[in-house]
Amino acid sequence: MKKIIIVALIMFSGFIAQCQIATVNSDIVSTNLKSLDGKTINSSTFNNDGKPFIIDFWATWCKPCVAELNAIAENYSDWKTETGVKVIAISIDDSRTMASVAPFVAGKNWDYEVYLDPNSDFRRAMNVNNVPHTFLFDGKGKIVSQHNTYAPGDEEQLYEEIKKLTGK
Amino acid sequence: MRLLLKNILPLLLIVFVFNSFIKVSAQQPTSSSNFSGNFEINAQTYTSDSAIEAPNVSEKILSNGYLNLNYSYNNFAAGIRYEAYQNPLLGFDAGYKGSGIAYRFASFTNDNLTITAGNFYEQFGNGLILRTYEQKALGIDNALDGLRVVYAPIKGVTIKGFIGEQKVYFVKGSGLVRGIDGDFQLNDFIPGWDLKKLKIALGGSFVSKYEKDNIASRILPENVGATAGRIGLIYNKFSFDAEVAYKINDPSFDNKYIYKPGEAIYLNGTYSKKGLGIKITSKWIDNMSFRSERGASLNNLAINYLPAISKQYTYRLSTLYPYATQASGEAGFSGEVYYTLKPNSKLGGHYGTTISINASSVRDIGRTPPSNDTLGYESKIYSIGNDVFYQDFSLEVTKKITKTWKLIATYIYQVYDKNKIEGKTDFQQVTAHIGVIDLTKKITTNKSLRFEIQHLQTEQDKKNWAMALLEFTIAPHWSISTFDEWNYGNEDSHKQFHFYNFGLSYSKNSTTLGCSYARQRGGLLCVGGVCRQVYASNGFNINVTSRF
Repeated sequence: MKKIIIVALIMFSGFIAQCQIATVNSDIVSTNLKSLDGKTINSSTFNNDGKPFIIDFWATWCKPCVAELNAIAENYSDWKTETGVKVIAISIDDSRTMASVAPFVAGKNWDYEVYLDPNSDFRRAMNVNNVPHTFLFDGKGKIVSQHNTYAPGDEEQLYEEIKKLTGK
Repeated sequence: MRLLLKNILPLLLIVFVFNSFIKVSAQQPTSSSNFSGNFEINAQTYTSDSAIEAPNVSEKILSNGYLNLNYSYNNFAAGIRYEAYQNPLLGFDAGYKGSGIAYRFASFTNDNLTITAGNFYEQFGNGLILRTYEQKALGIDNALDGLRVVYAPIKGVTIKGFIGEQKVYFVKGSGLVRGIDGDFQLNDFIPGWDLKKLKIALGGSFVSKYEKDNIASRILPENVGATAGRIGLIYNKFSFDAEVAYKINDPSFDNKYIYKPGEAIYLNGTYSKKGLGIKITSKWIDNMSFRSERGASLNNLAINYLPAISKQYTYRLSTLYPYATQASGEAGFSGEVYYTLKPNSKLGGHYGTTISINASSVRDIGRTPPSNDTLGYESKIYSIGNDVFYQDFSLEVTKKITKTWKLIATYIYQVYDKNKIEGKTDFQQVTAHIGVIDLTKKITTNKSLRFEIQHLQTEQDKKNWAMALLEFTIAPHWSISTFDEWNYGNEDSHKQFHFYNFGLSYSKNSTTLGCSYARQRGGLLCVGGVCRQVYASNGFNINVTSRF
């Protein structure tokens, strides 16, 4: 019985898929996230007006994640002026520490776009094993490079790649 | 193999047929298809080391491995996870032994409807009555297997409904779980509210489990319902969230088969402005263990999630006494402050300084003798008992000292009821003072050295510990580290052990290969207030993670 339902659903989905306006070919899997002001945001809307952007998976309790975001924050305003790059920070803090994310980010003076992924739905959809995991996307939402773990100096390598992408 | 044939082949076939069908008939020039996945293997050798009570492992080598494959085509998505525990690493339940497809799903989405068949992870509100999730380090994967519908009829309204059975290891529990949740972001759909400064979100959920009355000597409820309501308010720099939950009587192994209903309250208030963040939390729970099999224990078949409110520490010695939520009842308060002292100021120094402070206290709830024995006890809402389960205070200062030196200095004070939290009987309450100095020196643009010095002082349990760590990294690929934890204060001079670790890791793009040799202490490993027992061990560990 369950299999019949699955088949029926998939056939039906095929029908719907054909009626849909196709989305832009991007490496970002569509998942709902929460913004810090309580709004529901779909990850498929992530973009930077054709300029490259970074998606960084992190958590308030993850020391290397915070070290990486601190290191980027030191030069973030220069990065933005020179290349127009944007950082989107996805917190995988669950309901234990989720409410800490907004005060944590404010207290650190971080200027990133921050979204909450409290049950790791987006982390799973993007096949991220563990945090920190940093993706660099080109203006079309294609993954250009990625790294997990953080070592001081990674941010400078990342910036070289951003400059290469923007021809700066 | 039989599992593989039965569960996955038909699904893959469907995906394949569906895919070729779409390719032929749809031919959309800008259609989107995506194939991706990840891989992880953790293997460890075990050497006998009776001194540190490392259990003897007859296999000598154990490993846990996972492979995820995800495919999406326009609005259709499907995925599987293959898991292999040959045999499960020490500390993981023997139920994991073997290999097979532990997770598979297919789903489709149109503008406002998503339907999922197969396995899924779901959370209602804070998870007080429903959260299915996976946490590999803890061996938790309580995914549901069934059908789920998520419907968003208008902007700001989301209705979810599901029915399914829960996964435990490679099999399913005998209970059936059903649930429905409504989430309403009022500012999104009430005309004229979109620009209001006050943002209001409301939500409500209902979850019910069915399990046959399987104990002849008792009359047990076969259907147990739980309900929760929540409100979220945001006004300028302030936010306030509240969720309350109620569960009808649910006699179980966890609550020693009492017929008392369960209750939970979880409150969070925050204030955030540039350079300053404050959070205040309160939690009160009473008899809120909720599992899809009443006889289940450990981390098995939990339907809900009761977040701990103490801070989640990560430095080695600060993880010796981790708090685990007491589902049978606890009352807690906590507060956190994050503050940045401005750069070029007297206190902040040239680069500025970040300070974070936290304090929390968790006690038993107030319990009084019951009017009826089957209730076990009685309790008033928000009553607070005398027994202290856990308390902490911490101060952390993060400072860039010069262009190349960074410092994190931490002080932590903890009070820990070892008997209550670890289910033991003959231990004293532990009071510990922990200090950590974490220094990073950037040698060149890509080479760094990091030092950690930690000390834990306590008069109880195994007394004092010291730890030192040295890590050298060459970005973006190499990391080499070594550390030693030394229980130098142990009263038994034969048990003043060194627990050492030598590690090397290489990372390129999305692949990380790590190997280490460690003599590792046993203890509790906790994430989010949920814990797993880790056994002492001695041996080599290899860890590979990759994403594609």
